[in-house]
Amino acid sequence: MAQNTRTVPVGTPTDVTQNHVKGGIGESTLRPDGTLKVTGEFAYSSDMWHEDMLWGQILRSTVAHAEIVSIDTSEALTMDGVYAVLTHEDLPAAKNYGMEFQDTPVLAYGKVRHHGEPVALVAADHPETARRAAAKIRIEYRELPVITDEASATAPDAILVHENRDDHHSGHVPHPNIVHRQPIIRGNAAEAAKRADVIVTGEYTFGMQDQAFLGPESGLAVPAEDGGVDLYVATQWLHSDLKQIAPCLGLPEEKVRMTMAGVGGAFGGREDISMQILASILALRTGKPVKMVYNRYESFFGHVHRHPAKLWYEHGATKDGKLTHMKCKIVLDGGAYASSTASVVGNASSLSVGPYVIEDVEIEAIGLYTNNPPCGAMRGFGAVQACFAYEAQMDKLAAKLGMDPVELRQLNAMEQGTIMPTGQVVDSPAPVAELLRRVKARPMPPERQWETAGEGADVRALPGGLSNTTHGESVVRGVGYAVGIKNVGFSEGFDDYSTAKIRMEVINGEAVATVHTAMAEVGQGGVTIHAQIARTELGVQQVTIHPADTQVGSAGSTSAGRQTYMTGGAIKNSCEIVREKVLEIGRRKFGSYHPAWANAELLLEGGKVVTDGGEALASIADVLGDQSVEVEEEWRHRPTQAFDLVTGQGDGHVQYAFAAHRAVVEVDTELGLVKVIELACAQDVGKAVNPLSVVGQIQGGTTQGLGVAVMEEIIVDPKTAKVRNPSFTDYLIPTILDTPTIPVDYLELADPNAPYGVRGIGEAPTLSSTPAVLAAIRAATGLELNKTPVRPEALTGTL
Amino acid sequence: MRVNFTVNGRPQEADDVWEGESLLYVLRERMGLPGSKNACEQGECGSCTVRLDGVPVCSCLVAAGQVEGREVVTVEGLAEFAKERSEHAGCASGACGTSLDAAKKWEAKPGQDSQTGEGVELSPIQQAFIDAGAVQCGFCTPGLLVAADEMLERNPSPTDADIREALSGNLCRCTGYEKILDAVRLAAARQERQGEAV
Repeated sequence: MAQNTRTVPVGTPTDVTQNHVKGGIGESTLRPDGTLKVTGEFAYSSDMWHEDMLWGQILRSTVAHAEIVSIDTSEALTMDGVYAVLTHEDLPAAKNYGMEFQDTPVLAYGKVRHHGEPVALVAADHPETARRAAAKIRIEYRELPVITDEASATAPDAILVHENRDDHHSGHVPHPNIVHRQPIIRGNAAEAAKRADVIVTGEYTFGMQDQAFLGPESGLAVPAEDGGVDLYVATQWLHSDLKQIAPCLGLPEEKVRMTMAGVGGAFGGREDISMQILASILALRTGKPVKMVYNRYESFFGHVHRHPAKLWYEHGATKDGKLTHMKCKIVLDGGAYASSTASVVGNASSLSVGPYVIEDVEIEAIGLYTNNPPCGAMRGFGAVQACFAYEAQMDKLAAKLGMDPVELRQLNAMEQGTIMPTGQVVDSPAPVAELLRRVKARPMPPERQWETAGEGADVRALPGGLSNTTHGESVVRGVGYAVGIKNVGFSEGFDDYSTAKIRMEVINGEAVATVHTAMAEVGQGGVTIHAQIARTELGVQQVTIHPADTQVGSAGSTSAGRQTYMTGGAIKNSCEIVREKVLEIGRRKFGSYHPAWANAELLLEGGKVVTDGGEALASIADVLGDQSVEVEEEWRHRPTQAFDLVTGQGDGHVQYAFAAHRAVVEVDTELGLVKVIELACAQDVGKAVNPLSVVGQIQGGTTQGLGVAVMEEIIVDPKTAKVRNPSFTDYLIPTILDTPTIPVDYLELADPNAPYGVRGIGEAPTLSSTPAVLAAIRAATGLELNKTPVRPEALTGTL
Repeated sequence: MRVNFTVNGRPQEADDVWEGESLLYVLRERMGLPGSKNACEQGECGSCTVRLDGVPVCSCLVAAGQVEGREVVTVEGLAEFAKERSEHAGCASGACGTSLDAAKKWEAKPGQDSQTGEGVELSPIQQAFIDAGAVQCGFCTPGLLVAADEMLERNPSPTDADIREALSGNLCRCTGYEKILDAVRLAAARQERQGEAV
């Protein structure tokens, strides 16, 4: 069904003179799934189809906070074509699930806590029948006051979003409507402030961003003869899903067999469960395969978003620009269910200082429970909001000092050996000043590009575009810079590992390798890289990527920029063990023919066993014969520590990633329209395992940051906590017209702790892109602009 | 109701179609052609773009009944459509697909692997998307391919501004569009080189 198995193109047959296979690490190998994706044959989760399948439909709450008085399903049940109508009373086992906190109801019982919460479920033979049946379910609500911000959440008489909390943070938080609080205290900020010649403060607001992956939440659940279920879904982490799904179905994990279906983008939005449990319950209940596909409206309710945030910052500096201290408070709105809010708090807090050396800090980050839409993982994960604020502060400080904003940043830039506010030493390259130098040194894009020889203005090059709103009048250019720091991998003592099963055998006279992992390919190109690693490590040309499923150990999540490091590392490690086993077979078989088998360092290259001097001893095919070698091993990064709950001290992160941007914008100051002309990025990637993919990731991440800067926000009515723009008509993401040229300059400074020296790349560019664009708009307009996104009314003073 | 129309050059018949069904639904769920994608189903994202009598449309906004007797080309038929076009110049209407007689004689081509896509003949724009790294998750790709192929048919030497304008109805969330521009430039350049060689 999910045709994820692909054999990588076979290159030239091996011969004695060829020592290297093509398509190893460091090459811009093309995607193995590329052909299927351009012909329309790649099977995404919404493309699944089964004979006799039914369609599942969720009925979601129309109010944000209410007691459920009654649910009447009788009319829906009488409709032709309807096979099941279920509520919380029909749930087979555990009623709640959740990644870090089991606080999320499978179907609401007692009360609903946010707009769009699932309340009832229908299965029917046509999706429209299912939708109409769902509309016939009558639910009576008794509305409750909504909690929407820090003040309403922590008011003395505040209703508790979750009563009787019993989670790993409930014991230490100052209020039950606070999911987690992480302070960091280092040095003495109050004392250090006395040394400051200049102090700047600011209050910043970061809007709620949607991942807006294009492939909607969807999948197919097929009931199995053994009472279990086969589930084909798009997710970022199969094994985390499995752990949450099985208890809700009342099934042992081995009876829930999950296979990765094609994933149409993720960006954090598929780290939590969406339709997995609901489709399975319908399938088990009706005995028929059940397909569920959210439409775009439902997708806006069907996954967590990026936490909106309020941030207060104070920075001080001496008159020559040395930072003296920083104080900040970051309030992240986690919405109605925790999702990964606690981890986002840890990230925001520990990365709130940015890539700068500041010895005296006072930091506090909290995550709230409110009745707003639940928020969780999205690319950048807590570091994005902080970067927006501290970079605005740097510009403010530079202006007040009369310094160049890039020089101020470079003067205070962290480097290898810097101690983070958490006490952790940055022990691998941190080329912050160099990244800034590189984006600054780029030639500027030419001015007035809309002027065309002898003709009128090409409005396509102007703010407002084909709306033909200006021919260059009132258009002002601005340039802005920003740099950010992001952690890579799972932090704070989490046992973060990945598993790789590697098989090597001879097929048609040629040695081939099969790589089997549970890694979620969400578009990032992990499948390309897995084959590259196997080729490099095992010296074979042909590598088959087995479909990702739960028949192999966990690969961890495709998030936190961790998969090339972690599953890449697991594949490298398993390949090394396979190689030793192959060599052992070779020694037994051929050792007596050549002393090098015993004496020399042996490698697998170009389909052969060769000495480190380059002498070929035997072909791998001859060594293996009809034997095969198979290894499945877990692999871990170095351990991390939890942050102390009072001081925030602890070696909490695995690795840090850095990117810098320069934004060039043109603003029509009369209409408040912005055109980003160029958004240049420089980033340290450690090692570009696949340069083509590296650049693609950086450009994609940059564009998501651009979206937040000028257009993207889920608007939640503060009076009702209802979402007002759940569609691509009203929630805008950048089109090809909104997106500028994105020149990318990457450094490869190896991290000695990471396989091949790699550094996670996907997230860092999303951090600095937004503040660079904001800085450029500020430079063009002279406005303060403390909120994302910047809409026209913020620029024209009509707000 | 029953709807008769031509898809990728082959006459098709869909039965029991509910009047509210879109062309996209009929293609995906009734004809086994899920290549056209369902990202927004409200005409905003372009991922369901097909050609209807040669014109690119969002198939989610076309009622199935509207295509009665008309010609549809989807991403699944793009390679063959492009091939026909290059072999029989000037056929841009979408009506130059396979005749029914030819369709009846159709069989899977030897050397093609339906599991891996190995050996499949691609149109120039499809190959360029792969080569330029314009495909990440790939969900926007089918719609972009149909739209870009149609633009190159009209405008074989597009400027960047032309490309951006032509593809402005197609959202992509992964790539930041840079490599999509690269792919269209690459396809145009290859097309030009091929034209010179002839």
